[in-house]
Amino acid sequence: MHIVVCIKQTPATANIQIDPKTGTLKREGMAAAINPFDEYGIEEAVRIKERVPNSVVSVVTMGPPQAEESLRDAISRGVDQGFHLCDRAFAGADTYATSYALQMGIRKIAEFTQKKVDLIICGKQTNDGDTGHVGPGIAAWLDIPNVAYVKKVEEINDSLIRVHRMMEDGVDVLEMPLPAVIAVVKEINEPRVPSLRGKMAAKKAVIPRWTAEDIKADKNKIGLGGSPTIVASSFNPPPRTGGVKVEGATPEEKAKNLVAKLLEMKVL
Amino acid sequence: MNYFLTEEQQAIQETAREIAQKKIKPVREHYDVTEEYPWPIVEELRKADLFGVYFPTQYGGLGGGGLELCLAVEEISRACGGIALTIACTALCAFPIILFGTPEQKKKYLPDLASGKRLGAFTITEPEAGSDATATRCSAKLEGNYYVLNGTKNFCSNGNAAEIYTLFATTNPARGARGLSAFILEKGWPGLSFGKKEVKMGIRASPTYEINLDNCKVPKENLLGGEGRGLSVAQGTFDISRPGVASQALGIAQGAIDEALAYAKMRKQFGQSIASFQSSLHMIADMSTQVEAARALLYSVTKAMDKDLLAAEEAAEKSGKTVYDEMKKNSSKRWTKESAMVKLFCSDVSMKVTTDAVQLCGGIGYMRDFPVEKFMRDAKITQIYEGTNQIQRNEIGAAVIKELAQKG
Repeated sequence: MHIVVCIKQTPATANIQIDPKTGTLKREGMAAAINPFDEYGIEEAVRIKERVPNSVVSVVTMGPPQAEESLRDAISRGVDQGFHLCDRAFAGADTYATSYALQMGIRKIAEFTQKKVDLIICGKQTNDGDTGHVGPGIAAWLDIPNVAYVKKVEEINDSLIRVHRMMEDGVDVLEMPLPAVIAVVKEINEPRVPSLRGKMAAKKAVIPRWTAEDIKADKNKIGLGGSPTIVASSFNPPPRTGGVKVEGATPEEKAKNLVAKLLEMKVL
Repeated sequence: MNYFLTEEQQAIQETAREIAQKKIKPVREHYDVTEEYPWPIVEELRKADLFGVYFPTQYGGLGGGGLELCLAVEEISRACGGIALTIACTALCAFPIILFGTPEQKKKYLPDLASGKRLGAFTITEPEAGSDATATRCSAKLEGNYYVLNGTKNFCSNGNAAEIYTLFATTNPARGARGLSAFILEKGWPGLSFGKKEVKMGIRASPTYEINLDNCKVPKENLLGGEGRGLSVAQGTFDISRPGVASQALGIAQGAIDEALAYAKMRKQFGQSIASFQSSLHMIADMSTQVEAARALLYSVTKAMDKDLLAAEEAAEKSGKTVYDEMKKNSSKRWTKESAMVKLFCSDVSMKVTTDAVQLCGGIGYMRDFPVEKFMRDAKITQIYEGTNQIQRNEIGAAVIKELAQKG
């Protein structure tokens, strides 16, 4: 089985700041790491590899030259090979252009490794963009089924995958034929620490770097020019203000004061 | 401080640190209280290849030596000195096989120990034979192709979690020390059973068991190092393994400092943090200095020792002789004195530093729901096992006098 994990290098923080002037994400001076949700995707791929004999895990990212570090990090966590989509032409992509480029990259990986891709795994979203579009987007471009918010891979074999999808009111158990895409949530596993052998392999790994031309991408569908999304504005929501404590010596008195306050606010 | 570790050694340190801080720290109290075996942590250590850092590559290891083992054990002990024994006890089982094993014994047992698939234990102590291994009662009698073992071993660390044991029994009680022999045993063999589980002061995540041998048949080829060479096997092992205990002690001391300082900086009395009082600063200075001195001694001794050890391992692969014999051939020097010094110094420092860490924290330091008292309980054993510190002083004193006589 050939599994491809899509990852993104993002700022290493759970608290992304938006520049109030430009409305864009603040990236300067931020340490970068694999998007935390993608770590669960990597771990799940490696676990499937350990479960299904003769499996191979590839990892792909689209990003600037320094994003190669995230691919090496993935290799140290048990992934077999990394592929880097790196071209100025990719810059400024929204989720439409990103999912287009990634799926072209995935087609190229299948051709390059001469191994058809059976399963594509994404994190449910990134910690910077927060959209959750890219996984389902890839499935749409490739015209294959997908399930997002996967919290468990119950069964997987050469032809199908059965997963548990986390819903607000319970769990859906869904089965799809392969190839397919899943986007995973953090409940799915607990990522391992990179192994020593993995770290050595990561250091030595040769990672192909592909341009838009290499993956035969349509120039009109990538980067800023290929992105239909227009960000009107983005901002940090104002912090919540603290509540008001209703004073009173006895519970009865507190209740009276509360009612008085509600009447004053014309809520009652 | 920069100890000029290689890239691989730094990777071992980082990996062990990440597991210790992320995976072990949150659960150490649980295992200390319940005395359960930390199997989920063992799985993490296996996946990270940390069991194999000191094994030769031919047997599935990463080709390091004592320093690599110490770096891993130190970082794990910094979070929990008890959980560190998953690796450290396995090392104490593996070292006699690395040093004295035949090529067949090494091929059979080392790969599983290096991957952590099977854990190891070392058992020499008996009710009547503690520091005095010559008083061993447990007997081994050759009958055909088997040695038949009878007797009781106690205080076996890693007890029932281990699946491979290096065990000492006498093949000739009349000859005392020269009658002692070492064997490799496996869990599940008929006649090998577990007795009492000890309830301990510290290192409670590590099970300590009594082992009973009742006509336990051990194949002849599992005799380790030859009949009557048991004492050499034990002493030769301790020469190499004692830095492991030292690194456990060092990690415990460092972990206690980490916790105590974090608290002392935060805790305010008389309008200022208690860390800023001169009386505290002097304690902090002494603790930090002692720990750094212990680390410097440990790393320099293991680095020097590894040069001998790794060269002997390589030579043994070519010659088919044992690593121990190759070590003796290559250098006349034994490592008894230095390894005893390292164990003595690091464990005494650990006891002192962890006691001071409790003192620095005051009342909260004494409480079970604060981690500092656990470091103090865990530190104590390092002054006792693998030779009490009194025995270490005997060894060091004797070696110094011997060197003096040789010069004279």
